[in-house]
Amino acid sequence: MAKKKKSAPVGPSALPFERPIEDVRSRLHELESLAQKTTHDLSEELAFYRQRLERLTQEIYADLSPWNRVQVARHPNRPLTSDYIQHLCQDWVELHGDGVFGDDQAMVTGFATIRGHKLLLVGHRKGRDTKDRLACNFGSAHPEGYRKALRKMRLAEHLGLPIVCLVNTPGAYPGVAAEERGQARAIAENIYEMFGLKVPIVVLVIGEGGSGGALGIGVGDRVGMMENAWYSVISPEGCASILWRSAEGKEAAADALHLTAPDLLKLGIIDKVVAEPVGGAHNQAEAAMEEVGQQIANWLDELAKIPLQELLRQRQEKFRRMAMAEESLQALFPPQTRAAESGTDPAEVDSVLEVDPARKLGLPKKPETH
Amino acid sequence: MAFRLRKKKDMPGGLWSKCPSCGKMIYAKELEQNLFVCPECTFHNTISARKRIEITADPGTFVEKFTELQPSDRLGFIDKIPYADKIAKAQEKTGNADACLAGSCRIAGHEVVLAVLDFTFMGGSMGEIVGEKVTRAVELAGERQVPVILFSASGGARMHEGAISLMQMAKTCGALKHFRDGGGFSISVMTNPTTGGVTASFASVCDLTVAEPNALIGFAGPRVIQNTIRQDLPEGFQRSEFLLAKGQVDLIVERSRMRERLGVLLGYAAQPQASFQG
Repeated sequence: MAKKKKSAPVGPSALPFERPIEDVRSRLHELESLAQKTTHDLSEELAFYRQRLERLTQEIYADLSPWNRVQVARHPNRPLTSDYIQHLCQDWVELHGDGVFGDDQAMVTGFATIRGHKLLLVGHRKGRDTKDRLACNFGSAHPEGYRKALRKMRLAEHLGLPIVCLVNTPGAYPGVAAEERGQARAIAENIYEMFGLKVPIVVLVIGEGGSGGALGIGVGDRVGMMENAWYSVISPEGCASILWRSAEGKEAAADALHLTAPDLLKLGIIDKVVAEPVGGAHNQAEAAMEEVGQQIANWLDELAKIPLQELLRQRQEKFRRMAMAEESLQALFPPQTRAAESGTDPAEVDSVLEVDPARKLGLPKKPETH
Repeated sequence: MAFRLRKKKDMPGGLWSKCPSCGKMIYAKELEQNLFVCPECTFHNTISARKRIEITADPGTFVEKFTELQPSDRLGFIDKIPYADKIAKAQEKTGNADACLAGSCRIAGHEVVLAVLDFTFMGGSMGEIVGEKVTRAVELAGERQVPVILFSASGGARMHEGAISLMQMAKTCGALKHFRDGGGFSISVMTNPTTGGVTASFASVCDLTVAEPNALIGFAGPRVIQNTIRQDLPEGFQRSEFLLAKGQVDLIVERSRMRERLGVLLGYAAQPQASFQG
């Protein structure tokens, strides 16, 4: 047993649904070390296990439940903002502090160059080891974190640098000091001001997109999400504790909230799902970060071509139109699938979900922006 | 329990009600005449949006708008009962389509657009329709070049609409930014309680933030904070007076003076040189 553990280094952080993958992986490792010691030709067996590992990973990851994706989004080996800075950013200069109160470690800001694009990077910071995590409040920023972000974003506007926001937070910090210093106002002001920033803004949810804490750096011209990230109004646990009255309902809540990247793309809330390597970003961190880097560069190229006034108008209109028209949603989430997802008798739910035409939302064909 | 039940039985036909703050029994008629402010302890009870409009707008001037907007269960959200059922129940209970009423009116003679959240409809929570109505109210005020007044009473964003309700925070803030850039004047009035996604969006980005006395105002609810820090919360924490002392609200106005005070504030915004640039 001890030997098995040694040969499978990712074992301890494997997620419950990844166990079958880990079993095959550890057997493969055993075989590999055996192949080095023996003169027998094991190449056939090795090929078999390699193929099996790949296929199994593909199969399991092709069929992740929303809750599984939440688990992947929180995986301890998943690349964090600090990894992106290290891997993607040249000429990185961290800029500290909100200029008034403090320097929130849960929010990192600085100048960076990504694939030749000079920009301002803003991101939630979670921390990798225990000490770091505590210093970053596990990625939950205080008001000074949001104010630091806004202060630096205004600087970027002044310098004409585009802004890239990496979202990865379970939510803004709920504490006495945060309330005293106006957590709600800090977030609201960021959302409000981001509509007016006269430079392109790209937002990527790289892990957790927890509610207002995420949206506080989440208003952009392009909003993307990694394949296994989640983004919603509340965490599945928070939702479960309120509506199901127990954290046990977290899996059902994750289903009900439609918090996955593919679902939010259908809802018109994000622009793109950034694909992760098979087995999740934690499985091949560098490849995952490269994909994100490419997406950032593509979007910055695209946005640079849009005249400023048009850019701001489109940003306003993008959020003005959320959510999208009822008819398209009816097609995307037909009553049958809804019922099947929630595990309730379809016939019973069908009648409830039949929407009276008079109750459909009458969104204007053209947004009433001036 | 038995004691409370018997006590309730002694009070025929809701003639009396117990103040949730001081616990005194108040004659219902008297409470109503006092605009639902406890005559004993001045606790400002939560009131419905209709009542709020009735006591805030100049009599007979309110014209309701956007009544065609009806909520729908876009995600097929089901916890114990389907969200669609919850909507229907709340509609039956309140007689309103969703948790926001909006329209045009006069306040102390000033023409304004008014949007009021209704705490009696699913805790005043903001989903797509509340976000849409607040946004349209702001847009209408922009078109008419009049101030907009937003009254909040809300537990926050509505979970049953997932990320759609989260995006209403962005939508409403975007509308207010556009309105302000065009020279618009906005007042947010926070009443008990105003928390979560409503405080963290349109209610906090108006030109003026007014609060009713002793209203609970915050981002996270007190229970969530207590669960996080596992300590007792300071006296008066997250109440209007606390926020005023911390520099988070501009002024506190009692309900009995709200119309008159709003009138004075609106008077300061009616300067000819501060006209809309549209």
